Amino acid sequence: MRRAQTGIHGLVGALAVALLLVFSFPLHAQQPTSVNPDANAVTEQQLLQELNKIQGRGTLPDTRSNVIVHPAGRDWRHFQEVTLPWIGGIAILGMLVLLVAFYLIRGMVRIQSGRSGRTLVRFNAFERFMHWMTATCFIILGLTGLNITFGRELLLPLMGAEAFSTWSEWAKYAHNFLSFPFTLGVILIFLTWLAGNIPNKVDVQWLKEGGGIVGHRHPPAYRFNAGQKMVYWIVVLGGGLVAASGYMLMFPFYLTDISGMQTAQVVHGVVAVLFVAVMLAHIYIGTIGMEGAFEAMGNGSVDVNWAREHHKLWLEEVQKGEARRDVRHVATPAE
Amino acid sequence: MARMKFLCDADRCIECNACVTACKNEHEVPWGINRRRVVTINDGKPGERSVSMACMHCTDAPCAAVCPVKCIYPTDDGVVLHSKDLCIGCGYCFYACPFGAPQYPKLGNFGSRGKMDKCTYCAGGPEADGSKEEFAKYGANRLAEGKLPLCAEMCSTKSLLAGDGEIIAQIYKERVLKRGYGSGAWGWSTAYRETIAT
Repeated sequence: MRRAQTGIHGLVGALAVALLLVFSFPLHAQQPTSVNPDANAVTEQQLLQELNKIQGRGTLPDTRSNVIVHPAGRDWRHFQEVTLPWIGGIAILGMLVLLVAFYLIRGMVRIQSGRSGRTLVRFNAFERFMHWMTATCFIILGLTGLNITFGRELLLPLMGAEAFSTWSEWAKYAHNFLSFPFTLGVILIFLTWLAGNIPNKVDVQWLKEGGGIVGHRHPPAYRFNAGQKMVYWIVVLGGGLVAASGYMLMFPFYLTDISGMQTAQVVHGVVAVLFVAVMLAHIYIGTIGMEGAFEAMGNGSVDVNWAREHHKLWLEEVQKGEARRDVRHVATPAE
Repeated sequence: MARMKFLCDADRCIECNACVTACKNEHEVPWGINRRRVVTINDGKPGERSVSMACMHCTDAPCAAVCPVKCIYPTDDGVVLHSKDLCIGCGYCFYACPFGAPQYPKLGNFGSRGKMDKCTYCAGGPEADGSKEEFAKYGANRLAEGKLPLCAEMCSTKSLLAGDGEIIAQIYKERVLKRGYGSGAWGWSTAYRETIAT
């Protein structure tokens, strides 16, 4: 009896197993029989299409090493090898050609009424110091920066590999350390000359007349005309951008990853070459482009007739101020 | 002349890091610099794969194209080498490299990275083959002795292959055919602008 019972139990058990097998078999059959779990891996192509970079978990403390493929370097290389030299070449050489052509056609802008012999102070000693500190740094920063982009094609064949490498290393240090006085200069310029460089209605008229560059008319201007205001804002904003992007390059990977470093270099390079081009025009008009202009930054004073022609409203302001001071002076009781 | 390449068969890599260790030891690579590293993708998930990565010795190498002092150059074997004497430590090669290969001994503030260091494919540098100076700057020059890079030679599963590009591509192709799958020749499309059709 007991035997029979166990026999029945066994039969039931076997049936259950058989049923289970029968029901589960179709499920099983739906999957390919030759599944290889090892083959279920991500492929490189798939990852690159999804993220355009491949990264994972590494064991090194330097987390940058966790990215193993990052093809964006290719785009940056193209910028460095092709785009930047073209932008820089066109902007700088183009500006030089324009300036030479302009000089040949227009010549030096003379003081039409001649020199009066009387002068008035335009920039005090502090303003001149600030200007020349920034300017000196800018010239060295500009040349050493251009060396990074153009040196290997222009200077390397002339100097030879060793000499060029030594020069470039020193140039790099000069570029890094002169950035500090340059940035200080840009900040001082921003603060000192801000009041005189807020755009106003006079600038619209000045711009409409093309600043008197073409022809011999002289649209009136306060202390800074619209052209000078543009130079001011280019120095402040452009200088701010090159400084910010430059410090990101100087303290690499503190604030950003490799894409950010590439972007910082692109911004730095493009803004810098355009900055150089604009400053060439600034240097031109401040030296051989206009009679009586250099003195303003040279010894600080300009001829009254120069001021009347180029900054009529400023001259009137200064003269009014002087008159008031004279009146006050006269009014002081003699003792 | 053979065109030397690296190929990491990720389906075989077991993340043992023997390649990393072999490289560090063979070349006496200083602290903080790793010419080769192993990175695991999809770590802990089904289908996880590890890839050993170093300088891939690219065709038309981006690092060489952006180096402001032209200190990086390809050899006749297609190995990308550089001169530490000429390097100014500007860091541009790292920005251009798709594989994060260039390394610098120092942090890099104020442009003080020091001389760039990277995988030499065990082929030294511009100094005389096997010289003391060459070893001090770049490590051993196994290629000049007729040997292949030690990382690949040490690889216990023969996941990392080094040698003539055509031969290692053929080996990889045969493997993929035989086992029926392959996650790809990692980095090849970026480094050599070609993939291995399987």
